[in-house]
Amino acid sequence: MDYFIELFFSGLTRGSIYALIALGYTMVYGIIGLINFAHGEIYMIGAFTALIVSTVLSIYNMPLAAILVLTVLASAIWAGAYGFTVEKLAYKPLRKAPRLSPLISAIGMSIFLQNYVLLAQTPDFLPFPPLIPEFAFMEPVSGVIGSSELVILTMTTSLMLLLTLFIKFTRLGKAMRATAQDRTMARLVGINVNMIISATFIIGSGLAAIGGLLIASHIGQINFFIGFIAGIKAFTAAVLGGIGSVPGAVLGSFILGLTESFATGYVSSDYEDVFAFSLLVLILIFRPAGLLGKSSAEKV
Amino acid sequence: MQPDRPPAAPNRTLLEVRGLTMDFGGIKALDHFDLRIREGEIAALIGPNGAGKTTFFNCLTGMYAPTAGDMLFFLPGRKTVRLNGLKPNKVTEQGLARTFQNIRLFPNMTVLENVMIGRHCRTRARVLGAVFRDPRTRREEREIVRRSYEIIEKIGLADQVNEFARNLPYGAQRRLEIARALATDPVLLLLDEPAAGMNPRETRMLDELICRIRDEGLSILLIEHDMKLVMSLSDHIFVMDYGKKIAEGPPPEVRRNPQVIRAYLGEDIVHDHA
Amino acid sequence: MARKRTIMIFLRDVRGALLISLWFMFLTFPIMVIKVNPIERTVVWRWDNMAYVGLLSFLLYLAGRQYLKYRERRLESSRRQSMEEKTKRFLRRLSENPVPAYTLMAVAGVFALSFPFVFSTYQTNIMITALMYVVLGLGLNIVVGVAGLLDLGYVAFYAVGAYSYALLNLHFGVGFWFALPIGALLGMTFGILLGFPVLRLRGDYLAIVTLGFGEIIRLILENWNEFSKGPSGISNIPRPGLFGLEMPLETAITYLYFLMIGLVLFTVFVVRRLQDSRIGRAWYALREDEIACQAMGIDKTRTKLTAFALGATWAGMAGVIFAAKTTFINPASFTFLESAIILCIVVLGGMGSIVGVILAALILILLPEYLRAFSDYRMLVFGAVLVLMMVFRPQGLIGHRRRTYTIKPDAGRSGNAA
Repeated sequence: MDYFIELFFSGLTRGSIYALIALGYTMVYGIIGLINFAHGEIYMIGAFTALIVSTVLSIYNMPLAAILVLTVLASAIWAGAYGFTVEKLAYKPLRKAPRLSPLISAIGMSIFLQNYVLLAQTPDFLPFPPLIPEFAFMEPVSGVIGSSELVILTMTTSLMLLLTLFIKFTRLGKAMRATAQDRTMARLVGINVNMIISATFIIGSGLAAIGGLLIASHIGQINFFIGFIAGIKAFTAAVLGGIGSVPGAVLGSFILGLTESFATGYVSSDYEDVFAFSLLVLILIFRPAGLLGKSSAEKV
Repeated sequence: MQPDRPPAAPNRTLLEVRGLTMDFGGIKALDHFDLRIREGEIAALIGPNGAGKTTFFNCLTGMYAPTAGDMLFFLPGRKTVRLNGLKPNKVTEQGLARTFQNIRLFPNMTVLENVMIGRHCRTRARVLGAVFRDPRTRREEREIVRRSYEIIEKIGLADQVNEFARNLPYGAQRRLEIARALATDPVLLLLDEPAAGMNPRETRMLDELICRIRDEGLSILLIEHDMKLVMSLSDHIFVMDYGKKIAEGPPPEVRRNPQVIRAYLGEDIVHDHA
Repeated sequence: MARKRTIMIFLRDVRGALLISLWFMFLTFPIMVIKVNPIERTVVWRWDNMAYVGLLSFLLYLAGRQYLKYRERRLESSRRQSMEEKTKRFLRRLSENPVPAYTLMAVAGVFALSFPFVFSTYQTNIMITALMYVVLGLGLNIVVGVAGLLDLGYVAFYAVGAYSYALLNLHFGVGFWFALPIGALLGMTFGILLGFPVLRLRGDYLAIVTLGFGEIIRLILENWNEFSKGPSGISNIPRPGLFGLEMPLETAITYLYFLMIGLVLFTVFVVRRLQDSRIGRAWYALREDEIACQAMGIDKTRTKLTAFALGATWAGMAGVIFAAKTTFINPASFTFLESAIILCIVVLGGMGSIVGVILAALILILLPEYLRAFSDYRMLVFGAVLVLMMVFRPQGLIGHRRRTYTIKPDAGRSGNAA
């Protein structure tokens, strides 16, 4: 039973990280209809920034709390800046191009960013120091859920709540929803669509970066390639839930995280990634609209 | 057009639609719609915007699957075909060809190639034929070019055969769409607002073209807002509103029908006049 | 007056360039400047990198502005029928007058035929690799360039071909020439099996599904040890034979080279004929507008499937040759990046253009081989190429020209390519 609960919590943790990345996919898809292939790389850059910033700060003997806060801020800010820049360089000029052009551009961006980090940093795995200490009060349950898992779960849940509130109630959030529904109409009622798109990229990137730093400190190592698999899995989750739908992305992520955790725990870990990919292929074939998405027939 | 086609016999039914209903999650775009088209006639389908005319075309051509109803195609000299559930390309193979309200040509292909695509469903060469170019394939390919060019000449675009479709003026694009549809050897031609956006001169050319096509033995169903064109061209008019047929008949009759006037001009005006 | 305005504009550009370079210096600061060692807790500050980034983005921005202005001016002047029209007319004359084109082809032919005798075995080997990518590029070009189906898992079919030769040879001693058609056939079978369910998906979903499929194949090869020998791969795959003749290595390479040349010619021949056929036209039309295609009686799924399966067939063939060339294969040769490189060739060359794809494959594969300094930046450049091509020149180096027909006066008895 303990093993089951342990797998359950590790699945939830996985799922919540996927959710942080999947939100970026789903928000961008909702607004400009693009599979932002480079999103996984933003997550990877977020993790690298976190590693760099936290190491530098710890060398200068900052207190732990300060390191934690500054690292989260720095990686979210820089990832947001990357997201913003990528959109301006690689997607904005292609708004009116055929549908596949921005996707190819995104693939190019993804390859570029991977190799940029590989060249500027290292092709090898880097150890990532645990940012989150073991809490004393977690001692009795440490067999089934670790401290860092607890932090990840609280942090992601609160971020998702904040995002939901933001989208529902703020001016910017409402403008985002309007732009997602009808870009032309949104522009006509005076919404600055370019600004909204940039904001979407920045928010999505920031969330992905936080996901990146949390999982990196949980697992303990990173390299330039982590964004690829994580990106595909988060995309799978977004599609599973229904791409374009924010609650769908969260739901899909938890389903994917839990099934992956149980499958690797009870069956075999060799085919962990095969499993996610097969799930992706199967959903796209049989229910491309996902669980919560609306199927959209092409207009004739 | 096809030499082996029996001559058009007026009064023989070509297409019969019964109780066609298209339900988009609660909104009935078509509501028990009936329609009957006779061989060799020009029929028009009119109605206010959003009445369901294009939805009807989309159901008929297999783009949408209607919720209920029957669509029967009585091909002269052949078995009756039920169009429900056929894929769009199969519908075209049966002899129904259409044009689109918002022109859907292949913009980066030439005029000739656009029409040649229309010959696709009447020809057969496949990969091996294309690679080996056996005599049959070569003959077929020559035939495609010849037939396509013939249609282009008829439609009046012969000097622009090698021009990209996107470079044609608007009216010519509309005519090219008709040419492309004709290339599929249709029995019934469905035209979705063929005169939209045309200037008076282009409209007149279109009028003549449609008459000429009919004289060659085809039947035509057109959706159109240009009332002058509709009244002068059609043998029979169907009026629809809110997915239902509200009137039908020859042009003079439809023009006087109070329900039609109401649908077009709104309730009050009719009362004022009455 | 005018001069003052030019200076003003230039100053504005410089200010813009300064802002951009500041932004990029900020953006790349953590990744480019700081390098940490988390275990030894040491930091290296590479401030010189920041200077490079600043300078480079400053210059690139200025160059970009100048280019855009140049393009605008050219567009303006071309409206008054100038340069553009002139080059176009020149090109047309070139294609109407076949002598220069034929000379060019003859020179290329002589070069290609004499290559293995003039250059070393090492060079020939590199050239074989490049030719392999030409074939892969032309194969993917049918799928992506002509039919407009973005296939990101193309390498899966390449793997199918390579493994079918390796395994057939390992277990049953099947020779190269027998394995070649089997590899092609298996590639096609996989193409049809995968294509059938996924080809009704919309373009971007199709791309992701094919990507997923490609990764599944690779992961299976990596994990199913009993079947594929896992990550350690299969070695000692025989090179292609010629009626059981034993050949020294050098001859074998030369032989392989000519085999590749033959395959390239065969591929070009097939692709050209396909493009100019009923099927080829349907592929182009499908890329332009699927709905209109269906309304014209084209069976969407079947037509797409043909393109997909043909592309897969070629990948399968190339895979067999790849296994025979390297004599060793393992799953690491069939990653997504490989698919991306082939895609890059198609995009750079120009979707649907045969000459473009050949040129692009040669440039992208040979350049990093010969410019060793450049080879580290290979993938970085590939990524950048994909983005830049999409933004600045989506039609590729050489855009595809539509076939034109001359209709003879007697109501167009025949259509000839002009």
